[in-house]
Amino acid sequence: MIVDAPVQHAFSRDGATAVSGFAGPPKVVARDVNVYYGEKQALKDVNVDIPDKGVMAFIGPSGCGKSTFLRCINRMNDTIPSCRVEGKITIDGRDIYDRALDVVQLRARVGMVFQKPNPFPKSVFENVAYGPRIHGLANTKSELADIVTVSLQRAGLLEEVKDRLNDPGTGLSGGQQQRLCIARAIAVEPEIILMDEPCSALDPIATAKIEELIDELKADYTIVIVTHNMQQAARVSQRTAFFHLGNLVEEAPTGVIFNNPKDKRTQDYITGRFG
Amino acid sequence: MTDAVTSPVRARTMRRFDPSSSAAEARVRRRYRAEWRFRLYGLVALAVTTLFLAVLIADILSRGLPAFWQHSVVLDVPVKAEEIDPDNKRTELVREAEQLRAARRSWIGRWFLGPNEADRAPDPLQPLRAADYFGLARQALYDAFPGVEGRLERRKLQGLLSTGAGDPLRDRVAADIGLIGKAVRAPLRLSANADLYMKGEGTPFERRTGLGVATPSSTTGEITILTSANDFADYLVRIKVELSLRAKALRAEADRLERRAGAEQADRIKDLRADADALQARVDQVRGEETLDAQMPSLLVAVNGGLVKIEKLSDSQVSGRVILPLASTAEAQSGAWQIVTYVTPEGNRRTSDMEVAFLERLKAEGRIEKSFNWLFFASGDSREPELAGIRGALVGTALTLLVTLALCLPIGVLAAIYLEEFAPKNRMTDIIEININNLAAVPSIVFGLLGLAVFLNFFGLPRSAPLVGGLVLALLVLPTIIIASRAALKAVPPSIKEAALGVGASHQQAVFHHVLPLAMPGIMTGTIIGMAHALGETAPLLMIGMVAFIVDVPGSLTSAATVLPVQVYLWSDLPEPAFKAKTAAAIMVLLVFLFIMNGLAIYLRKKFERRW
Repeated sequence: MIVDAPVQHAFSRDGATAVSGFAGPPKVVARDVNVYYGEKQALKDVNVDIPDKGVMAFIGPSGCGKSTFLRCINRMNDTIPSCRVEGKITIDGRDIYDRALDVVQLRARVGMVFQKPNPFPKSVFENVAYGPRIHGLANTKSELADIVTVSLQRAGLLEEVKDRLNDPGTGLSGGQQQRLCIARAIAVEPEIILMDEPCSALDPIATAKIEELIDELKADYTIVIVTHNMQQAARVSQRTAFFHLGNLVEEAPTGVIFNNPKDKRTQDYITGRFG
Repeated sequence: MTDAVTSPVRARTMRRFDPSSSAAEARVRRRYRAEWRFRLYGLVALAVTTLFLAVLIADILSRGLPAFWQHSVVLDVPVKAEEIDPDNKRTELVREAEQLRAARRSWIGRWFLGPNEADRAPDPLQPLRAADYFGLARQALYDAFPGVEGRLERRKLQGLLSTGAGDPLRDRVAADIGLIGKAVRAPLRLSANADLYMKGEGTPFERRTGLGVATPSSTTGEITILTSANDFADYLVRIKVELSLRAKALRAEADRLERRAGAEQADRIKDLRADADALQARVDQVRGEETLDAQMPSLLVAVNGGLVKIEKLSDSQVSGRVILPLASTAEAQSGAWQIVTYVTPEGNRRTSDMEVAFLERLKAEGRIEKSFNWLFFASGDSREPELAGIRGALVGTALTLLVTLALCLPIGVLAAIYLEEFAPKNRMTDIIEININNLAAVPSIVFGLLGLAVFLNFFGLPRSAPLVGGLVLALLVLPTIIIASRAALKAVPPSIKEAALGVGASHQQAVFHHVLPLAMPGIMTGTIIGMAHALGETAPLLMIGMVAFIVDVPGSLTSAATVLPVQVYLWSDLPEPAFKAKTAAAIMVLLVFLFIMNGLAIYLRKKFERRW
């Protein structure tokens, strides 16, 4: 398997190495996270640090718990009645499962992009403007329009849709819809963007565009991406975590995972022996 | 496990499919036949359904359409000043009315400030309105038949007019006092029976020109007409045939009784035989007068511009009563007079010979006018079929449904949202859910009983009121709306809600900004279907007294009212044949409203339908 991930982005656990490309303390820290759906345990004692301003990829076979873990970071799992989360997840040192923390504010800080593009069945403008509007980020109409334009531009969509801001967002192509969803997510200026297999419903060209976008966004945001596509993980991420049967098997700089994995399971998976 | 790896996967009994074998061919043929049969069953089922529907609609249309038309007799009615305004005060009254009108508040003013002195004051034109306009109309009709002066004839003439025949005239005079003292050309509404006759529920005619020279003995009263030919001979034969048939029927009846009851009915049998013998004697009698009765077709002679109803006849001479007076007793030459037969016997008709004669005369003079029956939509219920309308029921329905909608749309939608989106999933919500589903299947009369016990007896709300009807129907429709709304909410893909939550919307914001608007078409469809259900509901409203005979159009939520389906039910119970048509017409109006509502629901569904 050919992996062209930049190995120089290696990042050590203590977060002090200069060669890693992103220094400073980790953005998200998970300790002993266990997740249960009713009786079934979906995640077992997951410990991971997600570095600030960079891309971290979660890979693993279907049903291994990587999406579940991703949804723990913005507490999206709260919407599933049978789901129970144990352990501790902190963002900037603050426990996000703290009772005093407002989950809505958390989600404003932790944006999410879903597997299937899911724009609101409203205009392109309204799709992007919705978040800023409910959070009161714009005081005037022109401020709001400004936010929308900038967000669309950063999502690389402005050129394509600037003449049809009032057309329904659902009328765009799949790739455009997904970039619209990214624009919608970044319009509220989150610190972290979670991406749950954002390209699995897209063709290779649209996928390439999204990957390009992720590459640009990583300067300003902490991005966590779940993907089934290992080349994608290798291309876009600096660190990769491999999940298997609810366990976080191995977490290391992307180059290490793909070129020199420590665990036999990781090796089997990335060489396509199972999964 | 290990066996499966080592031994062949195919079981020993497994055979390879052979498409050319006769068994396979037979199977294919059987499959084709089964498919063909299934399609046939489907087609037959569809045909039967269509047939039933077509018969139903055709039946309702054929019965109901005539009720939308009404016949009137157009006459010049002299509006006599001494009848309407004996004190000659009309100019003052009108001035007073105008002053009062100027002093009245507009409806907005009345709404906010209540009625003032002028609003409460009686109508100054009331003395003009109180006059006997029906009397004027009746007199005009009498005048149209000069020479018809007998008490019986006059009563029959009066019976042709509806008791409300003078009402439009009253309104016209009240609006324009200049009409007083003039002859006003006005259509006078015919009574229900006369109207039915004009709509074809009368009798076929036969006309034959007289061959001999007819000589009437007088112009009015009981007269005799002689003819020089045997013009009436074959009518006499017909009557005798009729009589002998009747005698035969009587004898058959007597024989039947004798076999069945024997001695117990001896007296009755004797009477029957005596009657039969009497009839037979009349048949056997050669050359004599024969008497006509109401069980035989009516015979009339039209001669010298008049009409005579024959009571007795022989070959060349008849005697009878003059209905329309003759111009003279001059001899009518061959071909100048006619023998008219009303084929349906008088006893089998609702219009007597006299009324038929009057109506036919009016028709021949071109005075009968057919017009759209606006009164059907403009008046409340009435005991007179020709005056009865559905305005009261329509307004009652509108008020009732308004209450229903105002209650069950917000309550139903909010309950659905709470249950679907916010309620904790536990035993309690399960029980509530099951009960809501069960409530949707509860017979509607039970809701009526509930309304009677709770709203009327406990809360003491007024009976027959649209308010209570609306409350009861809201209870009835609520489960339907909750179920439909929940289904609509459930149909919105969770990805939309997740998207909203993902950008930091609260659960409530996600539901109200995104899920609810997308579910709205489905909710609207469910609500409209529910309202259509409520519109057609009768049973629960019977229990709360909306089944009363109410003439006034309801003016408020608490005034006595009835609704369309109950009006249908009320009219269907009445014996007058004219109400049968009214019933069908009211059903048509009801169906039109149902079609409109369902059409709206389908339109909404089609227009806002989304595929995800």
